[in-house]
Amino acid sequence: MSWGVRGMTVRFGDHTALEGVSLEVPAGRVTAVVGGDGAGKTTLLRCLVGALAPDDGEVRRPDARRIGYLSSTSGTYPDLTVEENLAFSATAYGISEAETRERAAAFLDRTGLTEARDRPAGNLSGGMRQKLGVIRAMLHRPELLVLDEPTTGIDPVSRADLWWLIARAASEGAAVVLATAYLDEAERASWVLALDDGRALAEGTPDRIAAAVPGTIRTSTARPSGDAARRSWRRGARWRTWSPDGAGDAASQGDPVRPDLHDAVTVAALARELERSDVGGEAA
Amino acid sequence: MIVKEFRQLRRDRRTLAMLIFMPILMLVVFGYAASFDVKEIPVRVLGPAAERVSAVLPDPFAVEDVDPAAGREEAVTALRDGEVPVVFLTTESGLTVLVDGSQLFIATGTKAAVSAIAERAPQGLAVDVEILFNPDLETSAIMVPGLAAMILLFVGTIITSLGVVRERQAGTLEQLAVMPLRPADVFLGKIAPYFVVAALDMVVVIVAGIWLFGVPFRGSVLALALGAVLFLFVTLGLGVLISSVSENQGQAIQLALMMLLPQVMLSGLIFPLSSMPAGVRWIGYLLPLTYFVEIARGVMIRGASILTLWPSYVFLAIFGAVVFGLATLRFRRSLAPAGRRRHEAEPELEAVAS
Repeated sequence: MSWGVRGMTVRFGDHTALEGVSLEVPAGRVTAVVGGDGAGKTTLLRCLVGALAPDDGEVRRPDARRIGYLSSTSGTYPDLTVEENLAFSATAYGISEAETRERAAAFLDRTGLTEARDRPAGNLSGGMRQKLGVIRAMLHRPELLVLDEPTTGIDPVSRADLWWLIARAASEGAAVVLATAYLDEAERASWVLALDDGRALAEGTPDRIAAAVPGTIRTSTARPSGDAARRSWRRGARWRTWSPDGAGDAASQGDPVRPDLHDAVTVAALARELERSDVGGEAA
Repeated sequence: MIVKEFRQLRRDRRTLAMLIFMPILMLVVFGYAASFDVKEIPVRVLGPAAERVSAVLPDPFAVEDVDPAAGREEAVTALRDGEVPVVFLTTESGLTVLVDGSQLFIATGTKAAVSAIAERAPQGLAVDVEILFNPDLETSAIMVPGLAAMILLFVGTIITSLGVVRERQAGTLEQLAVMPLRPADVFLGKIAPYFVVAALDMVVVIVAGIWLFGVPFRGSVLALALGAVLFLFVTLGLGVLISSVSENQGQAIQLALMMLLPQVMLSGLIFPLSSMPAGVRWIGYLLPLTYFVEIARGVMIRGASILTLWPSYVFLAIFGAVVFGLATLRFRRSLAPAGRRRHEAEPELEAVAS
């Protein structure tokens, strides 16, 4: 069964948070929604789970009993212990006590939370709380698991644990959708939707998005000057410059690189930005 | 720093409104209502010489009814049923003033006024003052039922008001909204614990009052329980209502206190309603606490029954229906998808697969 949204538009007053966005989320696949702050990731996820009603478009989602959701906060009760949080969620979703105990024990053990199971969620570190939030969201074997920035601000070890949980949910047949601002992380997903200012910037498998970058990207130690400066960005210690037609300009002095998802999304955002400024320039 | 504080204060409109509104409220409450002086005491004059006595009764007594045919039995009934706080009963042997001891300030005022009358009266006029229900005019006897009422109000309104807003602040309200729980389940789940805690608290206070302070419990437990349940519905509903219109716990507490203060001051719990000017007294009659204080004192101290206190029960039931209804509606809105709140008139565009 495939869930998702089609032609979805959401407005908050005069501000359009999402415009005509579509996304298919089939069972067993991890889909990453990437974008910067204010790109519309949370709005899309909230519509998908039914916390927000869109102004236009269609949402296909399973019954509430078969949705798992981690909001941008961890969604756990700070004054309840890890076990109490899980027990509350299990009761709300109607899972048997035996199944809850078995699944919770396995997940807590795998993610290093067993020792903390009697601690109030409010006393856990950010990473532990997020892991608890994801375990809570997937405890009832949802068909659609929606996670809003589960790994933001989390250390690499906890992040690996979180990805184990995400992969486990997908292997159990859940359609997993997660929002993230980290492009390196989105590369681990099977499908990526990049959003920019409420609109879809690129969509596909990470490889396909990377392969579809038009022109050439070159890397250099110094920032190029002139017009090429508008098409360059820093990545690590070096600069990258995109030439839409691949022809020589200042950027051609650098070495060409094979673009990855990070480059592809940056180029897509740059292209849109340049198009906007050119149209604006012509209008002026 | 000062400029920053003023800027923040200006943006927090509710606190600003409270800063302006509270002093005015306090002025009205304390200026007009906070008075222990009883200016007018409604009385009934009974017995053979009723007509003659009623004609000469000075202030603060205000004769409401005169019945030469009635005797002591009718006098006690009238006091128990709370029809009047004082009855002048004339007999062959003299004059007996029967006073409802559950109305402390009226009773004290009556005693003082009657001794003033006796001093001025011709020699040989015997005036007895008999205080019923609370003969020693114990403050604890009237404060314990009042305290029970306060506890229901406090737990019901303040503690409940924090419940929903805490979920909103922690981000768990949205989680609840997408869980397979009906709004009614969440609503009942939220208020049931406070209902139980408030009821237990009230039982503890009343039992402690009886054991430690010898407060009487003359009426039926069932009559008090029914009043408490009705009053709890009002206070819990008020709590949820406050919670659903507040952004954070601070705002909820502010609003809850604004609801509580006038109730405590104007319900007759501390200051007698009869000593308030009519312009303020009517506010007291719009407050649910007024009616529960009436029920608690009536049932416990005077042994009044539901049959005589029924108007208070009816008022509480009406308050309960209105406040609880509004709270349910607001709560449903809090749990509804946000878009539907923005565009309630828009057609349903979602297709939810089952």
